[in-house]
Formats: sequence, structure tokens, C-alpha cells
Amino acid sequence: MKLTSPSQSAKSAILSKLRGAKATVIEKEILDYPVWQSHDSELLKQRFIAGLSASHAEVICVRSSQIANAVEQVLTSKACKSVIVGGACDETAGVSEYEGGEFLTEILKGASHLDIVQFGREFEVLKSSLFNEIDAGITHCLGGIADTGTLVLWPDKAEPRSLSLIPPCHIALIKRSTIVSNFAGMMIEQSWQEKMPTHIVLISGPSKTADIQQTLAYGAHGPSQLVVILIDDVGVAQP
Amino acid sequence: MGHVPAGPELFHAQANAALKDPQLRQNFRGAMDYLQDKRKNAFVDPVEEDKIRTLCESIRKRCLSKLPELLEQLDANCTRNGIQVHWAQNDKEANNIIANIAQSHKARTMIKGKSMVSEEIELNHEMAKLGIECLESDMGEYIVQLDGDKPSHIIMPAIHKNKQEVSDTFEKHLDDFTPTVDVDELIQTGRTRLRQKFHDADIGLSGVNFAVAETGTLCLVENEGNGRMCTTVPKVHIAITGIEKVVEFLSDVPPLYSALTRSATGQAITTYFNMISSPRKRGELDGPVEVHLVLLDNGRTQAYQDEEMRKTLQCIRCGACMNHCPVYTRIGGHAYGTVYPGPIGKIISPHLMGLDNTKELVTASSLCGACGEVCPVRIPIPEMLQRLRTEAKNPPKPDAMPMKGQASAASTLESLAMKGFAFAATNPNLYHRGAWSATKLRGLVPNNMGPWTQCRTSPKLANKTLHQLIKARNKQAGDK
Ligand code: SF4
Repeated sequence: MKLTSPSQSAKSAILSKLRGAKATVIEKEILDYPVWQSHDSELLKQRFIAGLSASHAEVICVRSSQIANAVEQVLTSKACKSVIVGGACDETAGVSEYEGGEFLTEILKGASHLDIVQFGREFEVLKSSLFNEIDAGITHCLGGIADTGTLVLWPDKAEPRSLSLIPPCHIALIKRSTIVSNFAGMMIEQSWQEKMPTHIVLISGPSKTADIQQTLAYGAHGPSQLVVILIDDVGVAQP
Repeated sequence: MGHVPAGPELFHAQANAALKDPQLRQNFRGAMDYLQDKRKNAFVDPVEEDKIRTLCESIRKRCLSKLPELLEQLDANCTRNGIQVHWAQNDKEANNIIANIAQSHKARTMIKGKSMVSEEIELNHEMAKLGIECLESDMGEYIVQLDGDKPSHIIMPAIHKNKQEVSDTFEKHLDDFTPTVDVDELIQTGRTRLRQKFHDADIGLSGVNFAVAETGTLCLVENEGNGRMCTTVPKVHIAITGIEKVVEFLSDVPPLYSALTRSATGQAITTYFNMISSPRKRGELDGPVEVHLVLLDNGRTQAYQDEEMRKTLQCIRCGACMNHCPVYTRIGGHAYGTVYPGPIGKIISPHLMGLDNTKELVTASSLCGACGEVCPVRIPIPEMLQRLRTEAKNPPKPDAMPMKGQASAASTLESLAMKGFAFAATNPNLYHRGAWSATKLRGLVPNNMGPWTQCRTSPKLANKTLHQLIKARNKQAGDK
């Protein structure tokens, strides 16, 4: 749909009223922004886990060699029967090969005892099973924010956004080396402003609400369970 | 039962009714105590609190100072990203834009995330006229909508109800619902009913917390995941926002986001923070194929005209001012009869609806200053209320833009009395004679002086005027 002319004339009317106010332009002030930060990798990890645990997520720390095992254990403990992961593709839909996330092989191994659906198809084809049948979705993360215990996801072709949204349980894999101190720092270090993708989501716990008499309840609309598998790739001994 | 208020003109009657409702007062008292406590714990270090408020105020001021340029930049960058941008001067234009989009897709259903701007334009009502069903999906909004009610708080729409009342609402409107006061069960009921609706809806509609000019990104703050559902599942996503929500840089977002969540519900961060920069791109498998952004004026340009009033637009809609307002805490949100209740409502509604409709609201404050003290972007709400009171009484100054409904609270009797007093006070003879007779007739001051004596004793004039007293004193000193 194209911009209609009423919208264009509204635009000029609004802008001319705003310009008519002749506001004095204020330039950017550099002000001290007090946020939590640390260069101690152990502290980062601890704060990250503490934040996520406080928001009702479960965190499991593993070494790279234990990923498949951890995935299997989580799926069993959550009594999942079916799981959706990224990667793969549907040739008939004319989509070319998607590379899955870094640990796709381990994930597939860990989930091998269940019904595995690989996304790789247009959402519309999977929509009703995503809503009605699939128990868990497994994703990788772009990084983590220690300050608030937050996962950062940049969904892409291989791992679409509904993977971490529609199934009642979300299992997220994150590498310890990708945890940074705070949100502002991550944006700046990675120059987000130069390459914003379609969608970014920060996730800090399972879906929740306190809309009824200020009583916290989990699983409002998104996943009611969030399990984070934290992969220790920093080379520091496990606590 | 719904508490749908008639409008801000009936503020006094609505406030009186609210004060007489013990259940409502208890619900609000409990909720406000809880929210005040949460905010206090989120800002434990006063130095840090001070710094973040100063930073956020400076960001909002800067962005407003460049508002026309930033809006154009936002428009250009969103368009470049594939988001279709529309501009609306008022509710009617906004509804037309949304109706056109809906009709171009032959849409029958719209699922909505939380958006106070959509309340402002009465979207649900207008779409219903065209046969398009709008369903609220924020739990609080869903409960409120079932009742045919309106939100009473901008962050917690169903704050006026306790769990028993929510159960009653569900029992009345939902088939096969077994009454319960178990909050988990109540939420699960909402979840189950809404899940199919997300699946089926033709259009998803959301608000916007921050629109980033630099990148053409729409940011959405939420806990429930319904915002993600509305902006991911349906084929079309429409975002609607007031023109003031634009920020210049992506780096402006983290401090504002932190101040917002901490001020609103005392959370360090919300469960979800969405940054949406484009519709589904080639090769991507999900997300809406069309994203629209509707930028709404609806009186905001009026607030922008005046340097002092412009501060109203700094608001990031955290609700902290209402949570800390002694008036709001006692009467709740509905009594105001406006979309935005409480202190922020009192300063924004005159621009959205005109001072003629809202002149009662600007007087509904004790000017205790609590709202100004908690505002994360330091809007001086009490001063602005005083300014609006003045504008409501007086015609515009020759060099100023008139406000809609300006001088509507002017009273001939009051202004005559003031003029008379000014004349007497500048005419010594008349003044002395007047003061002398007032002291003599002081016994005639009635005990009942209407609302003034409802909680005060009637004022009694002294039996000697100040002039008489000073004269006597000087005489005494001279005698010594
Ligand atoms: S006026 Fe200030 S305290 Fe009130 S909602 Fe807006 S930002 Fe929050």
C-alpha cells in the first residue's frame, strides 16, 4: 500500500507546526551513565546467572563436550515430546540451504529421542503445529548481558523469531565468552547502529505478568519455562 | 461491573463516587503501596538515581529540541527499511489510515498489544463500526475489555480489580470457567483463550516505547510476550505512536529503557525488549510481511509550541507519577475520565482534549510535588499545573499561541471581584473604609461556606485591621 495523500498533507501540517515553534536545538551532552560493569570473567558469569535465576530462569553450566547430554536431560526433565530447532530447509519451498547455529549437531543428538521439527519452512506452514503441538524450541544467542541477566537474540533465516516465542519451553544455548557487562556497552562495542537486523529481542526470564492483584504469574503468553545452557568456553575451571 | 466514566467534565462527581467505594480504595491503596515500594528498591542509591534522571531528562530534551528533523529522519530510515510510515493529525485520520490498511487486507480481526495511543483514538470502537474485531491481548487490558471497561492505569490497566473481581469477570464472560482466586489459574485461562486468537488474527497492532531515528527502529517494552506475539504472528503489523516518542540515537535507548522499567514496576529490566527494524526480509521465514508505523499528533504540536509546555512531551509513560500521587491513590484512574489519568494525565489531557474539557483536572492536585520528585525525566508537573490553571482562567497573551479551550474557567464573578478588590486596594480611602467595615461585620461570616468548610473551620476576621494594630503600636512606642 502506498502513502496516501491525506497522510502526506498531515505530515507537512505537523512538521510545519513543529518548526513554527522555533525550538532552540540542544546538542548531545556527554553525561556519566552509571551502569554496572566488570572485567572479571567470573564476576560476569555470576551476575549473569544470578539475574536470570532471579527472573525464574533455570541455568545449567556445561563444557562444550556436554551439550548434547545437557539438552537431552533438559528435554527429559521437562517431559517434552516434540521439539523445534533451526537450520534445514524445505527444497520444495524454493529456499536454499540454511546453516544452523554453531551447536546444531549437538542439539540434534541431544534431542534424537524426540520428534524433531527443523524450522526451515515458511512460518505459515508450521504455524499450527508451533501453536498446538511443539513442546520446546531451542535457539542459540548472540550474547548475554551480565548486569541484568539477559539473553540477546538476533533471529535470522536459520533461527526465526517464533522459535523462542511460541513453544511453552524455550531452551537457549549461550557461550560464556559472549557475556558482556551491560546493554549500552554491547551496542557500542558491536556497532549495532550500523547493522540493525529485522528483529532483535532481549530475553530476561520466562514470560510473566503481575496484572492480577500484583501477583506474579509465569507463562502469560510466551514460554512459561526458560532454560539456559551456559557453555563454558572461557577455559576457567567450573565452580 | 465496568466503571466507564463519562468524561473529565464530571471529575468531581466521579471522584466523589470513587471515594465512597471502599473496595476500590483498598485495591488502589494496596497496588500503590506495592509499586512505590518496588520503585524505592530499584533506586537504592540516590546519587545514581540523580545521575540517571539527569541523563534521561537531557536525552528527552535534546530529542524534542530536534523533533521535526528527527521525525523526518525516522520516516526516511523506516521507509528505507521497508516500514510504511503514515502521519495523522487527529484520531479520525489515524483511524482512517488503520482502516485502509485493514481493508486492503480484507482483515476481520486485529490482535492488540498494549497501546495507550490506540485508546486515545478509540480504535476498538471505530474498527467495530467497520466490522473489524479488535482484541486486547495484554492480560490487564483483556480483563478490562471483557467488562466493557477502560484501563485505570497506563502500566497496569486492571489495577482497580482484585483477583476475586477478575474471577467474577471471567465467570460472567467466559464459557466453561470455574471460578477461582488462584492467580496462576486465572492467567492460564487468559493465555489459553488468547492463544488461538494470536494464531488466527489478520493484523497485529502495538504501541511503541521508543522510535529510533538513527536506524528506523521501533522499540517495544513488555513482560508478557503478547507484544512479541502481535508483532510476529499476524501477516501485518501496525505500530502506532505519538510523535514525541522519537529518540535520536540507538545509544539513547539503554538509559531510557532502564529508567522506564525501574520507575514503572521497579524491575531492573523487563522480560522482553523488542527492536523491530523491518518487515520479514527475503529468505526470512517468519515475522510480518508488512509493517506500518502511524505517527499521531492529536494535540501534541500544541504542547510543543510553548517552551514550558513542551516538557510534557518528555514523558516516557512510566506511570510513576500516578503511583506516587495522593489524589490518584485515593480516587483511582477512572475518576479522571481521561485516557491518561493522574499527574501526567492532568498535564497532557488539556492538549489532547482542550482546556475547556479538562479545566477541573488541572485543579485536582494538592501540589505536594510527589509527581515531580519521582519523574525519571524530571518533568516539573506541579509548575505545569499552575501554569495550566492560569491559562484556564485567562485569555492568551497577545504574542502567545492560544491553547484549545483557553480561558474556559474564567468566571465573570471572580474576575469582577478581583477587579473590584484591585480598585479598592489601590484607593486608600476606599480600602480603609472597606477594611474597617469588614472588621465590624465579622460576626456575619457564615459557619458553613460550602466546600471550603467541609474539612476546615470557617475563617474569622480579626477585630482590628493590620493598619489599626500598627498605628496603635507606633503610638505606644511614641508614648514611651
Ligand atoms: S510524567 Fe514522568 S513520572 Fe509521569 S508517566 Fe511521564 S515519565 Fe513517568
